[in-house]
Amino acid sequence: MKARPERWRAVVTYLQVAPLVTVFGAFLVFPIVLITVVSFWDYTEYAIVPDFIWRNYAEVLASAVTYRTYLSTLKFAALTWAITLVLGFTVAYFLAFHVRTLKWQMTLFLICTIPFWTSNIIRMISWIPFLGRNGIINSALMSTGLVHQPLEFLLFSEFSTVLAYVHLYTLFMVVPIFNSMMRIDQSLIEAAGDCCATAWQTICTVVMPLSKPGIAIGSIFVVTLVMGDFVTIRLMSGGQSASVALMISNQLAYLQYPAAAANAVVLLIVVLLIVAAMMKIVDVRKEL
Amino acid sequence: MRDGPRPTSFYALAAVFGLFVAFLYGPLLAIVLLSFQGPDGGLTFPMVGWSTHWFAALFEQQRVGDFKGSFLRSLGLGLTVMTLTVTISLAAGLAFRKRFVGSAIVFYLAVASLIVPSILVSLGVGLLFRVLDWETAWWTSGVGAHLTWTLPFGLLIMFAVFNRFSKSYEEAAHDMGANSWQTLRHVVVPIIAPSLVGVALFGFTLSYDEFARSLLTVGTHNTLPLEIYGMTTNITSPALYALGTVTTVFSFLVILGALAAVTIVQRRRERRAPAPAGQRG
Repeated sequence: MKARPERWRAVVTYLQVAPLVTVFGAFLVFPIVLITVVSFWDYTEYAIVPDFIWRNYAEVLASAVTYRTYLSTLKFAALTWAITLVLGFTVAYFLAFHVRTLKWQMTLFLICTIPFWTSNIIRMISWIPFLGRNGIINSALMSTGLVHQPLEFLLFSEFSTVLAYVHLYTLFMVVPIFNSMMRIDQSLIEAAGDCCATAWQTICTVVMPLSKPGIAIGSIFVVTLVMGDFVTIRLMSGGQSASVALMISNQLAYLQYPAAAANAVVLLIVVLLIVAAMMKIVDVRKEL
Repeated sequence: MRDGPRPTSFYALAAVFGLFVAFLYGPLLAIVLLSFQGPDGGLTFPMVGWSTHWFAALFEQQRVGDFKGSFLRSLGLGLTVMTLTVTISLAAGLAFRKRFVGSAIVFYLAVASLIVPSILVSLGVGLLFRVLDWETAWWTSGVGAHLTWTLPFGLLIMFAVFNRFSKSYEEAAHDMGANSWQTLRHVVVPIIAPSLVGVALFGFTLSYDEFARSLLTVGTHNTLPLEIYGMTTNITSPALYALGTVTTVFSFLVILGALAAVTIVQRRRERRAPAPAGQRG
């Protein structure tokens, strides 16, 4: 290798990264460029027509439905973010600071991770036996006499939607926060203890600031996943709530590609702005 | 904090953790039980007898859609995406160990791929094939769309691996006369093998379960998640749970297989080299 010229080594490096760049170019960058182009096209009931019109954007931005849908999507994102943050932080904190051996930490961590590798749709469906009209929770409430009629809001509601989001996405908080916490020097915690800090003070002044990168990464994951979701909301809200991505997928079902494209461009800009704001808090690349 | 009696907070946190695990697994357990409902049973408890009636219903194509065909398509798609994810991530991971012009752009492309809403990938790839007048199919557009989701994970794992990888192993191999290919094949890949199994697990399972990025990209025949989604609107019998049980059991077998592979590799390594001096992959 040393005998080979530098230039050859540079060529090898570019060849190594070329497949990755090709995939991202062909299936991410180019499609997004195409969406942007098509968002200016016209369409009829039967076809999409190359053109340059602003009507699709005008319709998106002038419609009250758009703002209502964004508001609802942001509400779901904020609720899910807050719950997964508290839950994810607690779980990660327990694993990192209260489980004493690495072997147990890894075992319990793996137990949390396994569901991530199974089907999201099945995990959503699996709430039906619990939340349904005749489900476990309603039967239990009825038999204890707490309620006299089954609670209708449990399934196919905003409640079940948020529940499903938390169920599916808390792991995206646990992993990066746990990763950050595992890098905290144990002596810092001990030093805080020696300075008579209570456990709570140690969390607030030592653990929390040092876990900030993990919190930011987890937040980016959870917020972008909820902002772009249309499957969970359709399945779990029973058609009672809307999300921006669901609006797009409905337009696609009617083959209104240019309208869907304009909506998609706006959604992408909103998501990128949110992420850019979060990235300001942390340099993601340093954390790997 | 490491020694001595456990503080009271430990028990409170352990309880939270226990509830969290129950929250993760409880619903799955419920549908596994309910998939064994008797023929007259419904979607909720109580159990009306026990049977494998609903599993049998799965394999009759007319009753609950094309389970076998969609499973085979998802399997093929998952294996293809898995192979490509491992190869492409490994190659890119090797490239990122050196400085090269544009590395920051490639990194941000990977991050972008994670945060771009999946419906944009579906829509964009679908439009691309429409404009080019190519037919979408799982082995073309489907594979590409799924790679935009699996490759960032693969790449991030590779970053984590190579940040902790000691160059001295390769230097030793070079000193003994190995060329770069031999070094990669006989030194680097064996050392990082457990992580490559991890990348493969991500590649396969994320693709196998992907719904949103499959929507406009897999062509006329559904993959399994699309088929299951269709069933949720048509089927209101425990056959749905039976399907959930079958696919979940399959996922668990894949995960356990991957974990077993990692454990075996590490055990074997420990036996050969009782006290490894450097870092492991």
